[in-house]
Amino acid sequence: MPSPHAAPLSGEIVEESVVLSVSDLSRMIRVDERHIVELVEEGVLSVLEIDSSEWRFSGASLRRARVALRLEHDLGLNLPGVALALDLLEELERLRREREIERR
Amino acid sequence: MDFKDYYKVMGVPRDATEAQIKQAYRKLARKYHPDVSKEKDAEARFKEVGEAYEVLRSPEKRAAYDQLGSGPRPGERFNPPPDWGAGFEFGGAGPGAGSGQADHSDFFEALFGAAGRAHRGRRGIDPERGEDTHAKVMLDLDATINGGTRTFTLRIPEIDATGHMSAKARTLNVQIPKGILPGQTIRLAGQGGPAHGKGASGDLYIEVEFEPHSLYRLDGRDLYLDLPVAPWEAALGATVKTPTPTGPVDLKIPAGTHAGGKLRLKGRGIPCSPPGDFYVVTQIALPAADDEPAKTAYRAMAAAMPFNPRASLGV
Repeated sequence: MPSPHAAPLSGEIVEESVVLSVSDLSRMIRVDERHIVELVEEGVLSVLEIDSSEWRFSGASLRRARVALRLEHDLGLNLPGVALALDLLEELERLRREREIERR
Repeated sequence: MDFKDYYKVMGVPRDATEAQIKQAYRKLARKYHPDVSKEKDAEARFKEVGEAYEVLRSPEKRAAYDQLGSGPRPGERFNPPPDWGAGFEFGGAGPGAGSGQADHSDFFEALFGAAGRAHRGRRGIDPERGEDTHAKVMLDLDATINGGTRTFTLRIPEIDATGHMSAKARTLNVQIPKGILPGQTIRLAGQGGPAHGKGASGDLYIEVEFEPHSLYRLDGRDLYLDLPVAPWEAALGATVKTPTPTGPVDLKIPAGTHAGGKLRLKGRGIPCSPPGDFYVVTQIALPAADDEPAKTAYRAMAAAMPFNPRASLGV
């Protein structure tokens, strides 16, 4: 148990309040910046404003990037495969939710 | 500790070729990958398969493992032989650098633990900064609706001086941001890996999921409640008490409400920005006809209303 005098830790919701740079993402998921660039080029991650001088990502990119790396690594997928799998997983998730609601 | 039959885990014969082992691994990995699979024990199975593959794909580890034979008889405890590993060279990182790295079984740790672990290269512009770490926790729905603090115990992998990895329990008291949604992540600055030298500590990222609630179902940012109403309340309209996440309210049921009808209470779902909605799904509850007055009332209804509920079925 934490000691009773310890104040609770508070943090922010990454998806809502954080905008990430290439180097932020690279540090957070521990891959080279080059790999982040590849993830963007293959459409796995999307950039917030494409024409700005430095790429910025929404906080939601963190989770997407982590899942992408796991799929890449654990299933031996290449990046176009990862991009396809992520899109299909999203679609599947949406359909599952819809079906769940219609069943009620 | 228990002996692990890695061939059985992978479903391959003991004389399987490398290609067969790889094929079996890919197939099982797709089936049980926690990001893909809806199987109940996907995560545990995936780790088991990953560990088996880590041993069987490496000629050195496999050869050493094969020397153990097919393990002790059922019920017998397994201990590595004293000359275990002599003459074999376990080097390099296994495939475990992805999802399940820190989570090998005791059996694996006893055999390959100290040798098979390669330190990951440090990257980035600030080599003294501690590493960012990630964890996943289950929250109750009330935590996002009302906020408040929750206590989690995380298992943090630690490597000791002899290279053995163990998981250290770390208890954290965390203020839950009101309105956090499933799949979102809380960043706790400075709570990640310790600094190297004079750098800053890394951050800790906690991904949240929610336990099912006894009354409410969560869909995105909206909440759903099944609300039973009496037939006369549904038919004639009524004002009924209904629970909501922020306390009971009086809800107006319009006349002619049918089963499965949805009533929306705008902005009373998850208090994120913009807030979700609260949906009440009406269920018609039928009173039992278990005494004479009730039976009389049903008969009176039948007599008063020529009603064929099966009209749409063509009968």
